[in-house]
Amino acid sequence: MTRRNWGLWAAMAVGYALLYVPIVSMIVYSFSASRMATVWAGFSTRWYVSLFANEQIMQALARSLTIAAVAASAATVLGTACGLALSRFGRFPGRGLLSLMNSAPMVMPDVMLGLSSLLLFVTLQQALGWPERGMGTIAIAHITLTTCYVTVVVRSRMAALDDSLEEAAMDLGARPWRVFWLITLPLISPALLAGWLLAFTLSLDDLVIASFTSGPGASTLPMLIYSKVKLGVTPEINALATLIVTVVAIGVVVAGVVMHRRERNLAP
Amino acid sequence: MLPMLWLLLFFAVPFLIVLKISFAEAVFGQAPPYTPLLEQAADGAASLRLHAGSYALLLQDPLYIAAYLKSLLFAGVSTLCCLLLGYPIAYGIARARPVWRMLLLVLVILPFWTSSLLRTYAMIGMLKANGVLTGALAAAGLIEPGTAILHTDLAVYIGIVYNYLPFMILPLTATLMRLDFGLLEAAADLGAKPWQAFLRVTLPLSMPGIIAGALLVFIPAVGEFVIPDILGGPDALTIGRVLWTEFFTNRDWPLAAAVAVAMLLMLVIPTLLFEYVENRRERSEAQA
Repeated sequence: MTRRNWGLWAAMAVGYALLYVPIVSMIVYSFSASRMATVWAGFSTRWYVSLFANEQIMQALARSLTIAAVAASAATVLGTACGLALSRFGRFPGRGLLSLMNSAPMVMPDVMLGLSSLLLFVTLQQALGWPERGMGTIAIAHITLTTCYVTVVVRSRMAALDDSLEEAAMDLGARPWRVFWLITLPLISPALLAGWLLAFTLSLDDLVIASFTSGPGASTLPMLIYSKVKLGVTPEINALATLIVTVVAIGVVVAGVVMHRRERNLAP
Repeated sequence: MLPMLWLLLFFAVPFLIVLKISFAEAVFGQAPPYTPLLEQAADGAASLRLHAGSYALLLQDPLYIAAYLKSLLFAGVSTLCCLLLGYPIAYGIARARPVWRMLLLVLVILPFWTSSLLRTYAMIGMLKANGVLTGALAAAGLIEPGTAILHTDLAVYIGIVYNYLPFMILPLTATLMRLDFGLLEAAADLGAKPWQAFLRVTLPLSMPGIIAGALLVFIPAVGEFVIPDILGGPDALTIGRVLWTEFFTNRDWPLAAAVAVAMLLMLVIPTLLFEYVENRRERSEAQA
């Protein structure tokens, strides 16, 4: 970079600082002994200790992880099917509608998705007596939300893929299902992993949709954090946030390395 | 087609139900708290009862119109700030050497993967009185010591920009990376100053990325609930917050549904625009 680009460097530094200073300062203060969340009073891990002793938080965490795993897995299956249909089946009836329904949840505000899902569940319950609101309904709403993200990831992978391998397999007499299992699926598996991780984190992160679709006593971790933040900042949340950020960062880096390696192996 | 059925049942049908309930009348102390639309008369004839009362209230009560305008203002100004802040970053990433580019890109994506609720919560520590940012500003003599930015409109702007910046940077970077920088050299050879080359070559060519990024920030920011609720003051009343309050506090489901329908109508045009831009991008990528 030349001298002229100092302005660019300065602008980039400001941008990256904005992205990281809040997270880093939160991590630093999670090790403060003070009861005030932003007053430094010496190094301490007491908030981590009290975090793990907090049964309410641990239950909400387990609930959130379960919902996220179920939702991400179902969304990966549905999203892969959507992605395949949209990128390989050419023009079929309903393609426009499927495409629209697939991009709409990404740009739809959470409150809208939450309210509409809840009203559907209430209507169904009146008519059929099903579903009971709780973890199941949150999972259903999260599948609907995250399927489209998986679709986008699968679609862009499919677009970058050379379809001559699939054609060659079919020329050699493989049936469509065999082609899918032996050729397409291994080729798009990095996209499936990326899609699953994206769906998992989106589900784990969601406050608004879960609040609408949850029943009594089924608080997810974000719902619990939100109510604690509304009541006033507790240093335990600093510790919890630090752990979550660390786990997500490690997960993203590991997934990135794994995908990078696979990519290299697949493209000799 | 299971995915099609799923999306129809859990995404398309709910909107029709929201529309239906927005025309119902609120009944309190009963579950669910609204009147049925179809009424069975004694002689077996069904009659349709539509209440437009919720919509009339939206138009009459200045509170709702103010909330819509406030949401548009928050989203619009934040989108502009994201663009001004994100453009140099995207440009820097696109022009960096490949090794650096990967690292810089990962550093942008990483915060996007961590919880937005927790990042909004982290902002409290920055903006409260004697917080990290407010303390630094006070030490620099820019604000009075003990001043809080938290619970002001400024805090909401900072929060939205902080949360949505990656959504602006990613599509911009994708567009700028495809840009042929030979065009800039050609412009320089023809005597254009750097800023002229930027305005007349780089900027027009990065327009698809600007539009995609702006829509990715603007549309969700309009319906944002968490950021104004946690960082804003009581007067930072956005549509998302109004909908939440009508639903959870006032338990007026038809009014909440009407607010949602009005919000949707407002977002239909930018959503269709987003769909159009995405389709064009995919088509041009398929050709490339």
